[in-house]
Amino acid sequence: MNVTLPEVAETADTRHLLSVADLGRSGIEEVLRLTDSFVEVSERTIPRVPALRGRTVATLFFEDSTRTRLSFEAAAKRLSADTMTFSAASSSLNKGESLRDTVETVTAMGADALIVRHRSAGVPWQVASWVPAAVINAGDGWHEHPTQALLDCYTVRQALVARGADGAIDGMRVGIVGDVKHSRVARSGVLAWSALGADVTLIAPPTLLPPSLAGWPVRVSHDLDAVLPDLDVVYLLRIQAERMTEALLPSLREYTAVYGLTRRRAELLGKDAVVMHPGPMNRGVEIAAEVAELPCSVITRQVSNGVAVRMAVLFLLLGSGLDA
Amino acid sequence: MHEILVGGGTVLDATGARRADVLVGEGRITAVAESIEAPAGALVLDAGGCLVTPGLVDLHTHLREPGREEAETVETGARAAALGGYTAVVAMPNTDPAIDSAAVVRQVLDLGAKAVCQVSVAGAISVGRAGELLAPLAEMAALGVRIFTDDGAGVQDGRLMRRALEYAGPLGVVLAQHCEDASLAAGGHMNEGEWSSRLGIPGVPAEAEEVMVMRDIALARLTGGRVHFLHLSTAGSVAMVGAAKAQGLAVTAEAAPHHLCLTDAEVSGYDTRFKVNPPLRSAADAAAVRRGVASGVIDAIATDHAPHTQEAKEAPFDQAPPGMTGLETTLAVALTELCQAGDDPGRNLKPAEVVAALSWQPAAIAGLSDQGGPVAPGRPAHLCVFDPGQSWVVDPARTASRSRNNPWAGRSLTGRVRHTVYGGEAVVIDGEAQR
Repeated sequence: MNVTLPEVAETADTRHLLSVADLGRSGIEEVLRLTDSFVEVSERTIPRVPALRGRTVATLFFEDSTRTRLSFEAAAKRLSADTMTFSAASSSLNKGESLRDTVETVTAMGADALIVRHRSAGVPWQVASWVPAAVINAGDGWHEHPTQALLDCYTVRQALVARGADGAIDGMRVGIVGDVKHSRVARSGVLAWSALGADVTLIAPPTLLPPSLAGWPVRVSHDLDAVLPDLDVVYLLRIQAERMTEALLPSLREYTAVYGLTRRRAELLGKDAVVMHPGPMNRGVEIAAEVAELPCSVITRQVSNGVAVRMAVLFLLLGSGLDA
Repeated sequence: MHEILVGGGTVLDATGARRADVLVGEGRITAVAESIEAPAGALVLDAGGCLVTPGLVDLHTHLREPGREEAETVETGARAAALGGYTAVVAMPNTDPAIDSAAVVRQVLDLGAKAVCQVSVAGAISVGRAGELLAPLAEMAALGVRIFTDDGAGVQDGRLMRRALEYAGPLGVVLAQHCEDASLAAGGHMNEGEWSSRLGIPGVPAEAEEVMVMRDIALARLTGGRVHFLHLSTAGSVAMVGAAKAQGLAVTAEAAPHHLCLTDAEVSGYDTRFKVNPPLRSAADAAAVRRGVASGVIDAIATDHAPHTQEAKEAPFDQAPPGMTGLETTLAVALTELCQAGDDPGRNLKPAEVVAALSWQPAAIAGLSDQGGPVAPGRPAHLCVFDPGQSWVVDPARTASRSRNNPWAGRSLTGRVRHTVYGGEAVVIDGEAQR
């Protein structure tokens, strides 16, 4: 099969993808543009291109994850890279091996890129300072999850294009609802949406917002009903049961009553609004089960676009032909 | 031990500054005069361009022995202290086992007897620093312990702190508090604010420190006991201690060098060298701490030298132990940050004010009557000789400490120790440790 690989524009320091801020608007747009090509690849009978043949991609997941790890591994395989999988549960970490030793060991086995997920903020930065491999942040604590933000932006753009718009996110009104304080998805999302010109509103009780929003290009609301009719994108965050024990919320029932996207609230949405969720969902808590199935929900598109977006990221970091 | 002549410097102590040579013999200062002829066989230490001050006194040193000898020992920590101009350090009790009994006090004092500076010991307030039962304060005081603290943690139970202050009254000791309300600080790893919010690191609000400062001021008033506030890091703490002093309460306070100048923005790269407890705060807090030193609300600059191995510090930020080394850099950091001249009163200190906060004021708090000068005939010969104008770049690879977690690595500082004389022995000559 004759394969045409997309052109890669010269961008700034693309050795790692640690934060959405590393990309900036032009970098994000570059990833979204590349993603179009890889969505097309994914739709082929044999969804594979030889772009990263001979390169090795290692996933280092120090925290459990299903969809992100599988998505990265599928992306690497579709680019013909060799893959290595590390998961904390079955590793020498249990024998007392340090984080640095683990990372250096995997790199010594020839990994060109390390895809790192850790429950502690900042670990991908530390890893990047220790080894020469390209590092992709697949989620660090409460901090960032850049590829999630990229696939979210791509999914919205896709929905816009499908209805005949040009796909520009400028001026769109995005509402991020829920536990922003503990959410890496929200931190990367705020950076990405605002870099693309969207107008971001955080909707949450004060206990679930970061202690300071100085420098955040956002508005804040505590009244979902009031904001909902004006939103183009409603982005629901997962709420975790342990928030109750930290005195951040009285009960899940009260959270749902005030901040949940219930069936009744979904009727307040504008006709072109889309509903998003990074998964895994707590149906009946932050989102009503039937709302997740409405036509305005693009939640399954988010998952399927994840592979193509991650192919674009891997290709940008490893496959430019310049042999970084 | 031969005589030592410290020649050509400017003597600076609590009585003022004057051009003078200093002659040392038999462990004591034997003469201080404008020009002294070197006796035959005397070791001559050139102090040209230098200030000759009483040896520095650190109220807050973690020597890690017993229990964490891979990070520091009494011997190595004392050597780092001597290189930093210190002739006395107060060893904190958060060792393993904790210094909460006469036996462990004796062990550390014995180790200190062979060290290159005086090693004084702080005892724990509570058994095992667990905050539940009073440690044997009188037994430890009988061995010379003059400071008690559960440092590393604050005494959470207000009643226990009250009883400790009451019980300690007749012992002539001071209780030093690491002010940190455990419930407000729970789970935090850096200052709570703009940076913690952006970095996704759980924060410790300034109020976690301030509520305990407030409580202990109230308890000092209630009991008449002496309270020393360790490593104050917030503007609110400085203000409250200033007000308590104005009311005549028996409170004193120290600040660590990092809280004078480093801020929580340093954490932006997740470098665990900048993880410390209390955490690096905002620029406004650092400015308030500097002004606290300038105004005298803060009596002492104390290192909070907290060595950790590289392996321990290479953990994820929220798992790495807090602490930074400081014995070899504190004098230079203080001179660099506080003696800049200009309009900011917090940066316009004279070297004499900095040395006061590093030598005789902490010596008085620690009850170390042999330390802190003055530089006068008959006094024990503990001297620090430093060049206030010499710039140097901090290189952790050259430290005498077993650990390298110094936040000023690679930065240029002004003010460098040339010689240190401890008990009449030149333990540091031309910046080199002699043993």
